[in-house]
Parts: sequence; C-alpha cells; structure tokens
Amino acid sequence: MKSRIRPSGRYEGLIIGVLFLCAVVSVLTTAGIIITLLRETIGFFREVSILEFITETRWTPLFDPKHFGILPLITGTLMITAGAALVALPVGTATALYLSEYASDGVRRLLKPLLEVLAGIPTVVYGYFALTLVTPAIRSLFPETNIFNAAGAAIVVGIMIIPMVSSLSEDAMTAVPRSLREAAFALGATRREVSTGVVLPAALSGISASYILAVSRAIGETMIVTLAAGATPRLTLNPLESIQTMTAYIVQVSLGDTPFGSIEYRTLFAVGMGLFTLTFTLNIAGALITRRYREVYQ
Amino acid sequence: MSSTSNQVLGADGLNLWYGTHHVLKGITLGITRHRVTALIGPSGCGKSSFLRCFNRMNELIPESRVEGRIHFNGRDINDPEVDATEVRHRIGMVFQKPNPFPKSIFDNVAFGPRVNGYRGDLGELVETSLRRAALWDEVHDRLGQSALALSGGQQQRLCIARALAVEPEVLLMDEPCSALDPASTAKIEDLIGELKERYSIIIVTHNMQQAARVSDQTAFLLEGEIVEYGRTGGIFTRPEDPRTEDYITGRFG
Repeated sequence: MKSRIRPSGRYEGLIIGVLFLCAVVSVLTTAGIIITLLRETIGFFREVSILEFITETRWTPLFDPKHFGILPLITGTLMITAGAALVALPVGTATALYLSEYASDGVRRLLKPLLEVLAGIPTVVYGYFALTLVTPAIRSLFPETNIFNAAGAAIVVGIMIIPMVSSLSEDAMTAVPRSLREAAFALGATRREVSTGVVLPAALSGISASYILAVSRAIGETMIVTLAAGATPRLTLNPLESIQTMTAYIVQVSLGDTPFGSIEYRTLFAVGMGLFTLTFTLNIAGALITRRYREVYQ
Repeated sequence: MSSTSNQVLGADGLNLWYGTHHVLKGITLGITRHRVTALIGPSGCGKSSFLRCFNRMNELIPESRVEGRIHFNGRDINDPEVDATEVRHRIGMVFQKPNPFPKSIFDNVAFGPRVNGYRGDLGELVETSLRRAALWDEVHDRLGQSALALSGGQQQRLCIARALAVEPEVLLMDEPCSALDPASTAKIEDLIGELKERYSIIIVTHNMQQAARVSDQTAFLLEGEIVEYGRTGGIFTRPEDPRTEDYITGRFG
C-alpha cells in the first residue's frame, strides 16, 4: 500500500466540474428551446393579436383568408388525448393490478416482456395500424366515419401508451410492502379487497405519476395522428370527423416549403409554444398531485 | 385430540412444508380458551410458521403445503369447504413490525369491519376497539390523521385495535414487541393481560422474560417439533426436558 497523499483537491474538483457540465447541458438545452420558442412566438404576436389566437375558431394560416385561432388544434389534441386516456388508463391500471396481485410467476414472466414489446413498436407502424385496421372497424360500426378520424388515432395512441401506464403502475404496486397485504388478509379481506382497498391507494402516487407521463406522451404524439387523424383543423367534438392536432400541424408546415421568417413559419413556434405550455402545466399539476398523495411507509 | 369446551384451538398431526423444507413435523397441541399461550424457541424453529397455520396465512406463500388438522371450536379450518377469509375474521393477527395502512387512524381500525360487511355503528366500534387497545386517550382527538404519524408503540397498539375491530375470538401475536422500545413493550404486555379476559391469545416471542411475564401456557419448539408444553410456571422453573432447560437458561438459541 502506498501511503502517498492523493492530490484529491484538484482531481475531485475536475470530476465535479465535468459532472456539473453534464447537468448543465440539459438545463441549457431547455433554456435554449424556450428562448427560441419565445423569440419566434413574440414575432408571431406582433402580427396576430393574442386575443384572435385564443378566441378565433378557425385555423387557416396556409391559405386565404388567413385565420389564426388555435382552438381547433387544441380541441383536436385534447380529443386525441382524452380518447387515448380513456383506453390506456383503465386497461393499463387493470393490467398492472393483474400482474402485481393476481398473476402467477410464470404468467408474469411471459406477459411483462410482451407488454414491453408494445412500447418498442415504431409509431409509424402504429399509424398504419390505425389507418388499415382500427378505422375500417370503426367505419363498419359507423359508416359515416371519415377515412381520417380522431377516434381511430385516439384508440391507437391509447394502445401505444398502455405499457407506460401498466409498467410504471405495476412498479408502484409491487413497491407496496408485503406486510400491508398480510395485514389486510389477516383481517379477512379477499384478494380483490386487498387490491382495491390497500394496494391501489398505497400506490396512488406512483399510479398518478404514470398517468401524467402517459397523458403527456399522448399530447406530444405526432406520427399516429399525422397519419390517421387527418389534416383538417376543425372545432368539433365529434371523434368520427377528420381533425388536426397541434403536433400534426407542425409536421405539415415543416414538410411544406414555408419561407423562413414568414407568418406561416412563425405559426410553427406559436403552436409549439402552446404545446409546450400544455405539457408544462400538466407536468406541474402532476408533480403537485404526486406530492399530495405520496405515502411513506417503513 | 378432540376439542373440549375450554379448548378453543388445537393442532392435530400438523405438518407444514415450504417447498421441500419440512418446517413443522407432526405437531399436536391444544390452546386453552381465555389464556395466553406463548410459543418459544430459537430462530428458525417454526414457531412463527406454526402461528400462521392458525389463520391459514401460509396459503399466501406459494409452494407451501399443509397437512393435518387445525380445530377451531371443533371445526377443522383446513377443510376445503371452509372460507379462509371467515377463519381470519374470527382469528385475528398482530405482526412483528407495526404495519398500519397508509390511511387515517379511523380508517385503519374500520378497514376490517368494512370488508366484513359490518352493519352497526362504525364510530362506536372504532372507539371500543381503540379503548380495548389502550390507545383511545392518545388519539381520540385526531382520528382523521394518518396512522403513520404515530410512534412505533402507538402504531402497534393501533394494529391491535385494528385486529380487535373485527371482533375475533383468538388473537395471534407474532413477536409483537420485537420492534418496540422497553416502555412501549411494557404497555403492550399490560394490554395482553387485559385482553385475555375477552380473547384467547397465542404469542410468539423471542424474549424468555416476556414469555414468563405474560403467558399462562408455554410451548417450546425445536426444529419443527414440540419439545415441551405446559404451564408457564412449570416450564420456567422445572423444565422436564434438558433441551428446554438449556434454551431457557440461555445455553443456546
């Protein structure tokens, strides 16, 4: 053993510096994104009033007469998100509950990797799945359904985010101490009562975190809605109609030959800012909810 | 062993396996009504596993297998027609570490009655249970608070109240004081003395003094078998088996 004193001061300082830089990179990236968004958005609002942006019910920036009301894009996005949540939250939670409380080890070992596969499918494949399988199925039930419609896209976005809900929720449920389950069983509770009366509430903070993440993912989902939901910004709550989401609009404009610095170009950033605000608010709400329901058990 | 009126529980040729591990080897033993019966023995002797046979908790462990009979008021609880939840409703359990639910104090006590479809006045039942567990005076003004805010000793008494709230006949206690400080332990021991007027109690303990203090009957287990069973006074002053004497005098275990 060498008894030499290591030059810990400078070496440690270097390590700390490198780690600090790594941490700073993501902060700077976020800051950069916000600044870019803000600058172009401010440029946009020099030409279009904020009032028109949030109250006008038509969104037609690419052809005359131009209207700049973001509401149709927001309702489109929210309709997809609500539909996806309607599919993914119950199915995902039930799946998690089954895996954590009911499934035998063998079934769990088989089912979990299969679910993870769902998460690995490219979203463009999901998009075609919506177009070629789900939409025809909907049209056989409701013949008036448009080829491009919100319902099909929403269902498939929901399917896509099921593993997110189920896997995170299952982690939260598995983390509930065995001793709590035993306590409930010892009081004469059935397996269902243990699941819904003890495990579910004790895991609520983790489960709601998984919901928030999944919903954020649905809001930001782009490929499926671009392929299957249409490109018709429309203020509607009818899921069988063609709509456009904020993300799909951004794709549409990015693909076209929109001149740099034009008003059409700037709508990209205004819509992006709207999307950012939406997910940001959701994440804050999520953090608050999670903190409210956090349970500490020894 | 047939059940007599003063015998509430009895094991008859009881064998238990965890996988291939033979934990309990042909145990036959009767538990007297309204007495405290202590199960003592070194770690791994099977005393906790034995305790968990009385409310069929071993069923929750995959790969466990039980053979033999457990009589409860003359009925075999291992009979496939007997519902495990009904057994657990009538034979309550308190665990080694306090395990309150992350719910309010009230909801902890009310959990059992609720799942068992209790139809009476829940508030009254919660109060009675907390009083019997000697916790009412400390918590009556904050029943809505989280049970996790209580001290370890209070949590354990809450767990006792929770077990009492389903109005069991028997209370199984698995080393209920092992995670508690001496003052809390003394409170629980006093409580056990009061509770035996209403309930029959089986307590697993590592602590010889505790067994001597609280129990009327003591069974000494070694490697899954009953070595000696009898009145606590007798076991601790004149053990018949040399292995019992070695254990209680601290020569092993």
